[in-house]
Amino acid sequence: MRKALAVGRKELAQILRDRRTLLILLFVPAFFLVLYGYALNFDIRHVRLAVMDREHNADSRELLSSFTNSTYFDIVATPTSMDEIERMMNEGAVRAALVIPEGMSRDLRSGRTAYVQVIINGDNSNTASTVFGYAQAIVRGVSAQLQIRMAAGRAVAPPISVEPRIWYNPELQSTLFLVPGLIGFIVMISAVVSTSLSIVREKERGTWEQVRMAPISTVSYVVGKTIPYFFISMLSAFLIIGAAMLLFGLPVRGSWLLLCCLVALYVVSALGTGLLVSTLVDSQALAFLIGLLISLLPTFILSGFIFPIASMPAPIQVITYIVPARYFLAALRGVVLKGVGLGIVAPQIAALGLYSLIVLGLASVRLAKERG
Amino acid sequence: MRRLLFLIRKEFQELRRNPRMFPVIFIAPVVQLAILGYAATTDVKNVPLVVVDADRSPVSRDLVGRFEGSPYFTVVHVTSDDGDVLRDIETRRAWMALSIPPGYGDAIRNARPVTVQVIADGSDANSAGLGLGYASSLLAEAAADISMARRPAGAPSIGSISARIRVWFNPQLLSQHFMVPGVLALLLMVITTVLGSMAVVREKELGTLEQLNVTPLKRWELTVGKLLPFGLIGIIDVLLVVALAVFWFQIPFRGSFPLLFALSLVYLLCTLGLGLFVSTVSDNQQQAMMTAVFFFMMPMIYLSGFIFPIENMPAIIQPITYLIPLRYYLVIVRGIFLKGVGLESFWREALLMLVWGLSVLMLATMRSKKTLG
Repeated sequence: MRKALAVGRKELAQILRDRRTLLILLFVPAFFLVLYGYALNFDIRHVRLAVMDREHNADSRELLSSFTNSTYFDIVATPTSMDEIERMMNEGAVRAALVIPEGMSRDLRSGRTAYVQVIINGDNSNTASTVFGYAQAIVRGVSAQLQIRMAAGRAVAPPISVEPRIWYNPELQSTLFLVPGLIGFIVMISAVVSTSLSIVREKERGTWEQVRMAPISTVSYVVGKTIPYFFISMLSAFLIIGAAMLLFGLPVRGSWLLLCCLVALYVVSALGTGLLVSTLVDSQALAFLIGLLISLLPTFILSGFIFPIASMPAPIQVITYIVPARYFLAALRGVVLKGVGLGIVAPQIAALGLYSLIVLGLASVRLAKERG
Repeated sequence: MRRLLFLIRKEFQELRRNPRMFPVIFIAPVVQLAILGYAATTDVKNVPLVVVDADRSPVSRDLVGRFEGSPYFTVVHVTSDDGDVLRDIETRRAWMALSIPPGYGDAIRNARPVTVQVIADGSDANSAGLGLGYASSLLAEAAADISMARRPAGAPSIGSISARIRVWFNPQLLSQHFMVPGVLALLLMVITTVLGSMAVVREKELGTLEQLNVTPLKRWELTVGKLLPFGLIGIIDVLLVVALAVFWFQIPFRGSFPLLFALSLVYLLCTLGLGLFVSTVSDNQQQAMMTAVFFFMMPMIYLSGFIFPIENMPAIIQPITYLIPLRYYLVIVRGIFLKGVGLESFWREALLMLVWGLSVLMLATMRSKKTLG
């Protein structure tokens, strides 16, 4: 243990000498959380809609008001021809268009299906698929309402009504959803960046021979290498969490102790990943490349940060089990937004612990071999 | 010119001496694109749903059946205990809950109005909003069917309104068509910027930059010589990932390939130049890595319009996005792939990207004088 601390002290001295690296590791993550948390917005509200109503009766007005009352759509234009709609869509003046054909009510009352046309600009499929879903749901809802009224012959209460409840985030602010994801992303990247060069650097500079000869066990060496970065990453992680609470109203509804343990485990798993990369390669450029490739996009895309894992194809869902951010995000959202306890997040904690053990173990084995 | 050729040969030799690099440079992007291209979908379907059926009648089972039959929901659990909802949502086993009250079947049979509760886990805002929309429309349809069934036999039939939704530029609304070109651009950026950013600083760190200093190499020769081999790697990567996008993911390729190729070269100029610039402002490779990751790559992911629409960003942030070459390249790649448009529609983006690339290269070359001096 004393030897591990000595390695740690040496590593710390090296970090302290490189002021820029230290400052970047400590403060830049929090700064970027603020920037991105503020910049990014996933809310699909007030989509600019063009409406061409050829029916002009009570039914079509009901359909239109359902679109506007949903707050997802704002009617900004009432073109009179398809050409005009096409022009508006191409110019980007509107993102969607609704065309109500003449004879909609007649079709409805004579037992046929009346088709209204919805056109959506699909150049951003993420927003388009959400807009698609809302348009679909609104039209189906209105259709059902009209059917109920016609069946009764007068305005009546529907046989079934819905009482929607949204837990944890009643206004459905995307910030509360995105900020935990950003925390997971930024912590992962800074931890991997800080350790993935640490060992290969010694190899490239030729100081590795000294490490090989030093009378210290491989495990102590690994622990010593990780300790300073562990504290730096923890400090930076809690700076991020503090910034998120202060500026974005991120609640911490669960226990702080649990949150600390969770973040600590995640930091260890990320540092271990970087360390493992560092033991596998023999040049810093390659370590940088591999470190980035396994952390940057996978943490972003395969963790459930933005893309729901349940919607992915089954084989891809299996791959997400080896992404530590997946466990961290599920547990972090649980602890901060839902206030759940250890009993609920135990599987995620166990998975992170297991992951850390595996990567650190592999890194030690690789190192032991190299030191031979 | 001969000096330049020597430098290029030296750089290639160094690459060759590092054979582990090749699988990473050429295979990793292909594998990553293949996985991430499938994963990156914001479609909301198979929402896991827990159903509390306190009624347990054929009528309530009919309602549950509607949810089971819908592609939007997967019923994970049917229970009669309200407490299960909290547990399932806390563990995220379910994202939504449908709660059917006791006496639901009686109410329907006796034509009394009845209320069912739908609960959504708002911690995933996007899925929760859409899931609620889907659930409400399913329930409204159930209500309409019940109303119609109550009418006396022989009453005139009632039709329905259905939406014919057309999505322009991406008719099947495949996320892949949108995401694969984006992931492609990001992967190219990661690989070439990393290679570029390590190029000069590595010599600095190993002390061999001094040797290059005393050779009669001109500054621009050093820049070109350092970047050409990486440019070649970048070109091979462009071809590989574009081929994967077209032949494997079957992303429609509606525009001109030579144009895409030419503009990809301009993009590589930006990413490699950026790498070189990072290299010249850093003292060692770790600094270079951090500078590249934090100040260039992360902003590119978040602020380029790769996923988050730029129109949604606050007005103060939007101007920053003009500083990001990926923003231009994304417009170009998606335009050529999906819309089949050419220079006439994105000449501004192409021009700005070229200016950006040349400026960063110039900056890097100028800086390298200082560090060499």
